[in-house]
Amino acid sequence: MNILAVGLNHKTADIGIRERVAFDGSKLDKAISLLKGIPEIKEHIVLSTCNRVEIYANVNNGSSGTELIKNFLVNFHGVSQETLNNALYIHSGENAIRHIFRVASSLDSMIVGEPQILGQLKDAFEFAVKRKTTGVILNRLMKKAISVAKRIRTETKIAQSAVSISFAAVELAKKIFEDLSKETFMLIGAGEMAELAAKHLIQNGVKNVIVTNRTYESAEKLAREFNGKAIEFNTFLHELVHADIVICSTGASHYILLKEQVQKTMKHRKNKPIFIIDISVPRNIDPEINDIDNIYLYDIDDLQEVIGTNIQERNKEAQKAERIVDVEVDAFLKWQESLSAVPTVVALREKAEAIKIEELEKAFRKLGVLQEKEIHIIEAMTNSIVNKLLHPPTITLKEGSEDREELIAVIRKLYGLNGDTENK
Amino acid sequence: MHIELNVWLFEFALTFYFISAIAGTIGLFKGTIVTSRAIIILTVIGFLFHSANIVVRYIKGGHIPITNLHEASSFFSWCIVLLFFLFEYRYKIGLLGSFIMPIVFILMLSSSIFPREIREINPILQSYWLGIHAILAFLGNASFAMAFGIGIMYLLQEWYLKSKQLKGLFKRLPNLEILDEVNYRLITLGFPLLTLAIITGVIWANTVFGKYWRWEPKEVWSLITWLIYALVLHLRLTIGWRGRKAAILSIVGFILVIFTFFGVSILRKGFHIFV
Repeated sequence: MNILAVGLNHKTADIGIRERVAFDGSKLDKAISLLKGIPEIKEHIVLSTCNRVEIYANVNNGSSGTELIKNFLVNFHGVSQETLNNALYIHSGENAIRHIFRVASSLDSMIVGEPQILGQLKDAFEFAVKRKTTGVILNRLMKKAISVAKRIRTETKIAQSAVSISFAAVELAKKIFEDLSKETFMLIGAGEMAELAAKHLIQNGVKNVIVTNRTYESAEKLAREFNGKAIEFNTFLHELVHADIVICSTGASHYILLKEQVQKTMKHRKNKPIFIIDISVPRNIDPEINDIDNIYLYDIDDLQEVIGTNIQERNKEAQKAERIVDVEVDAFLKWQESLSAVPTVVALREKAEAIKIEELEKAFRKLGVLQEKEIHIIEAMTNSIVNKLLHPPTITLKEGSEDREELIAVIRKLYGLNGDTENK
Repeated sequence: MHIELNVWLFEFALTFYFISAIAGTIGLFKGTIVTSRAIIILTVIGFLFHSANIVVRYIKGGHIPITNLHEASSFFSWCIVLLFFLFEYRYKIGLLGSFIMPIVFILMLSSSIFPREIREINPILQSYWLGIHAILAFLGNASFAMAFGIGIMYLLQEWYLKSKQLKGLFKRLPNLEILDEVNYRLITLGFPLLTLAIITGVIWANTVFGKYWRWEPKEVWSLITWLIYALVLHLRLTIGWRGRKAAILSIVGFILVIFTFFGVSILRKGFHIFV
C-alpha cells in the first residue's frame, strides 16, 4: 500500500497551466473512468478546483504509480512533460497524508481558513465513492481529513475574523450595534464592492434599506434588489438623520459629506451612532468626520488594514492547526501500521485468549469443585475451539493476497480490534 | 489562638474573590470559556462565604453590619457582586467579570485592613432607618461601581473602533450599543436609590439631631455626587450625551463616590466616620 498525492496548485502553477489541467465538466467523469482502467492504481480521487488540481491514489508501488499518474496527466490534457514537471508536486506516504489533511483544513489555500475547499474536497470524495474508485484506505483517509478540518475549525481561530472588505464591514457593524435588524442602512452610489457589502449587511439582519444615486433609475433598480426605498440624490443629507450604517461609493471627485453637515445631523439624531464606510476612491467623505463623537468612519485603506491584521492572526492560528495536523497524521500512520498481518493476528489471538480465560473462570465458578482431569478436559476443549476458529483467518492473513489490506481492515472491524485508534 | 467564625468567613470570601479577580485578569489576556466559567463559579463561592459573614456579624452585633469601615466596604462589595450576578444573567456581557471583580477585590482588600471587631453600636445610630438608609445608599453606589466598570469597557472598545486598531480585546469586548445601554440602565437604577438614600438620611438626621441638613462633609460630597449623576441623566435625555461622554461621566461619578466613601471618612471626623 502506498498513498500518493500528486498535483499542482496556485503556488506552483499559474492560472494558464491550472486551466489546462483542470478536470472540469465532463472531463472529470472521463478521467475517473480512465484511471479506473489502470490496475496498478487501486484507489483514486480527483480534486479539481480553480486553485488546485490533485489526484490522491493508493497504489501498489510508489514510484511506478507516480509515473503512471504523470503520464496520465500528460496524455489526458496534452501538456508537455516539461511544463508538468515544473508545476507538479508529488507527495507519498506520510507526506501525502499530511498534504491531504492540510488541503482539507485550508492550510494550503491562498487565503488560509477559507471555507470552500472542504466542500470541494467532500464533493470530490462523494463523486469517487459513487464511481466506486475508493476503498478502505482512501475512504478512511478522506473521512479523517474532513474530521481533521472540522476539528481545526473549532479548536483554532483559523476561520474567524473577516478577510474580505464586505465581511469586515459586517464585523465592524456588529461591534457598534447590538442588533443589525433594528438599524437603517443607506447606500450612496453603487459599485461591485459596495453592493456586495450591502448584501452581506442584509444577510446579517439589516432590514431598512435606503438607496440613493445621482441617476435616480440606478437607485431604484438597486432598491428593488435590496427591498429598500430609493431617494433622490439631493435629499440624502436630509435622510441621513435616519441612517445608522452608511456605505458610500460614488464617482465624485470631491467630498460629498462635510464635517459641519454631519455635526448637524448628529444633533438631530441625538448622537445615535453612525457607522460610515467610504469605499470611494478618491474619498467622498471628509475624513475628519471620524473625530465626531459616536461616528465611526472607515475608508477603503482602513478596511484593508483590518483585513491585513486579520490575515496575520489567521496565519498565527495556522501554526496551532499545523500541530493538530501532525498529531492526526501520526494517528493515521498508526492505524495504517496496524493493517499489516502480524499485529492483527496477534491482536486477534489475544482477544480470543482473553475471552477464553474469562469464560473458563465463569464456568469453573459455577461448576464448583472439579477433579484435575475434568479441568484438563474442559481447558483442552476451549483451546481447540479457539484454535480451530482462528486457524483459517490466520492463514488467510499470512498468505499475502492482493486485497490483504482490505481483509485486515474488515477483520479488525468485525472483531473490534481497532481499540483507541478507531475514532468515530 | 481562637479565630472567630466571621473572620474565617471573611477570609474565605476575600480569597475566592481574589482568585476570581486573577482569573478575570487572565481572561483579559487569554480569554476562554474556562476563564469566564471560573470567574462565575469562584465568585459564587466567595459570595456564599461573604453572605454568611454578613449574617454572622448581624447576629453577633444585633444590627446590620455597616457601622465601621471594615463592615461598610465589605457590604459595599457584597452589593456589587449581587448586581454583577443580576446583570451577568440578564445581559451576558462578555468580559464583565474581568472588569468588575478587580473592583470587588480591591474594596474587600481595603475592608480587610480596617479593624474588624464587632463593636457596640453608637446609640445615636440604633434605628431601623439605619438599615433602610444604608442599604439604599450601598445598592446605589454598587450600581455606580458597575457603571464605572462598564464605562471603562466602553471607552476601551470605543478607542479600538476610533483608532482602527482592531487587536487585543476588540474581538472579545461587547458592542458599543449594549455597553452604553447597560451603563444607562445602571445609572437609572443607581440614581433613584441614591436619591432615596439621601432623603431617608435627611429624615433620619432630623429624628436624631432635630435638624435635616447639617452641611457635614459626607452630606456635601453625597450631594455633589448626586448632582453629577443628575447631570449625566439630564444631558442624555435632553441633548443625547451618550456613548463616550456618558462613559466618562460615569467614571468621574464613581471616583466621587469612592472619595465620599473613603476620603471623607478618613480625612474628616463626623458622624459618618463609620460609613
